[in-house]
Amino acid sequence: MKIVATDRVGKEHVVDGRDGWSVMEILRDAGLPIAAECGGACACATCHVYVEDGWYEKLSPPSDAEIDMLDMALAVEPGRSRLSCQIVCKDELDGIKVTVAPE
Amino acid sequence: MSTRVETDVAIIGAGPIGLFAVFELGLLDLKCHLVDILDRPGGQCTELYPEKPIYDIPGLPIVTGQDLTNRLLEQIKPFGAQFHFGEMAQALEKLPDGKWKLTTDAGTEIVAPVIVIAAGGGSFVPKRPPVPGIEAFENKGDGIGVHYAVRKMDTFRGKNVLIAGGGDSALDWTINLAPIAKSLTLVHHRDGFRAAQHSVNQMRELEKEGKVKFHVASVKQLHGDNGNLTGVTLSGADKKEWEHQTDAFLPFFGLTIKLGPIAEFGLNLHENLIPVDTARFESSTPGIFAIGDINAYPGKLKLILSGFHEAALMAQAAFHICKPNEKLRFQYTTSSSSLQKKLGVNA
Repeated sequence: MKIVATDRVGKEHVVDGRDGWSVMEILRDAGLPIAAECGGACACATCHVYVEDGWYEKLSPPSDAEIDMLDMALAVEPGRSRLSCQIVCKDELDGIKVTVAPE
Repeated sequence: MSTRVETDVAIIGAGPIGLFAVFELGLLDLKCHLVDILDRPGGQCTELYPEKPIYDIPGLPIVTGQDLTNRLLEQIKPFGAQFHFGEMAQALEKLPDGKWKLTTDAGTEIVAPVIVIAAGGGSFVPKRPPVPGIEAFENKGDGIGVHYAVRKMDTFRGKNVLIAGGGDSALDWTINLAPIAKSLTLVHHRDGFRAAQHSVNQMRELEKEGKVKFHVASVKQLHGDNGNLTGVTLSGADKKEWEHQTDAFLPFFGLTIKLGPIAEFGLNLHENLIPVDTARFESSTPGIFAIGDINAYPGKLKLILSGFHEAALMAQAAFHICKPNEKLRFQYTTSSSSLQKKLGVNA
C-alpha cells in the first residue's frame, strides 16, 4: 500500500506503507517531520495529521483515548484530524492521503 | 536570586536516566546536582505516560512511568542528590580552573568538573498554537497578551480572558479565573473535554450561571498593534468566523519537547543529538557526557535500559575526571560492604 503524505511546506511524498505498522512509524521513518514524542503510545498528540479526500470516513473511528488525546493537539479540524500513531496500515488504505498538521 | 553551588557532577535532566546516573555516580562517591525544567522528576515517563505500563525494563515485567520513577528515587535516596526543578539549563561556560559552570534560567550556578546531559529530546515547553505572529503577543506583561501558564491569578482580575483547550489545565484555569476575571471565554474544537469529569461539571455550572462563555471554536488570528492584544478572530464549527475582544489569551495544549539552549553548548550536534563514544559516553568536549535519548552512536537504541548502561559507563569515566589521583575500585553491591554502607543496607 502507498501513503500520500503532504509535509508542512506543501510537498507531497509517496511512501510505502507496511501492513500492521502505524502510519506514524512509516512517515517518521521516511523522514517526514513527525515528532511522535511518546513513541506511539497515544500520549502526546505530536503525530497529528489531517486525513484528506474522503479517507477519514474509511478509517476505523478513533478510540476514546485518541479523542481525548486530540484535545492536546494544535489546530484540530473536526472530521479531518487523527493521530497517525493510531492509524494502522492495511491494503484497504492503499492511497490514503494525509497532511502533517502544524506544530 | 542567584545561588552558586559546587559539586562533582551536574546532570541536566531528571528523567529515568538522569536519576539512575545519580546511583552509578553515587557508588563512586560522586555527588550530583540535577536540573530539570519540569516541576518533578521522571521526565517523559511522568510527563507523557505516568499511568502507561512499560514492559521492557529488565526484572520488572510491568511498571508504569510513575512507578519506575518512584522506584528510581527510592534507589538513589542514599546519595542525597540535589534537585533544581522548574529550571532550564541555559548556559555552559568553562572556568579557568577547567571546571564547568552551568547556569539555569533561574540564576542557579552549578560548578562541577563533569556535566552529564540526560535531557531526552530536550526541554518540555508549552505547545504554541500555530496562529500567525503569536510570538509578538507573548511576554507583554501581567494579565495581558498571550500566557502559557498562570503564575499569579490576581493579575487577571478585572480582565477579559480567553482560554483555549480541553484538558485539565484549560478547565482548571477556566474555573479558577472565572470568579475574578471581567469575562471568561473558553474555546475548544469540540463540545467535550478530556479533563476530569468534576472539572467539566463545574465549568458547565459556571456556563449556566453566565460566568463562563463556551464556544466550539478555535483561534485563527490575533489582533492588536505592536503585540498589544485587543482581540482575536474565532472560527466556529461551521467555519463561521467572528471577532472576539479580549485582554488575555491563554492557550493550554500541554507540553512539547524542544531541544532548547543545549543546541548552543557547542557539542557538534547531529540531527539534534549529541554524538558520543561508546566507551565513556562523552561528547566531543571532554568532561561533557551525554546519556539516554539525547545521544547518538552507531547502533543506538532509544530504550531506557540502554540509558542505564550508558550511565554506568559514564560514571566510570567521570570518576577519573573528578578524582584524578584516586584509583577506581570496581565492586559489586552484592559483595562489597563499603558499597552496602553507602546504600545504608549494612548486611
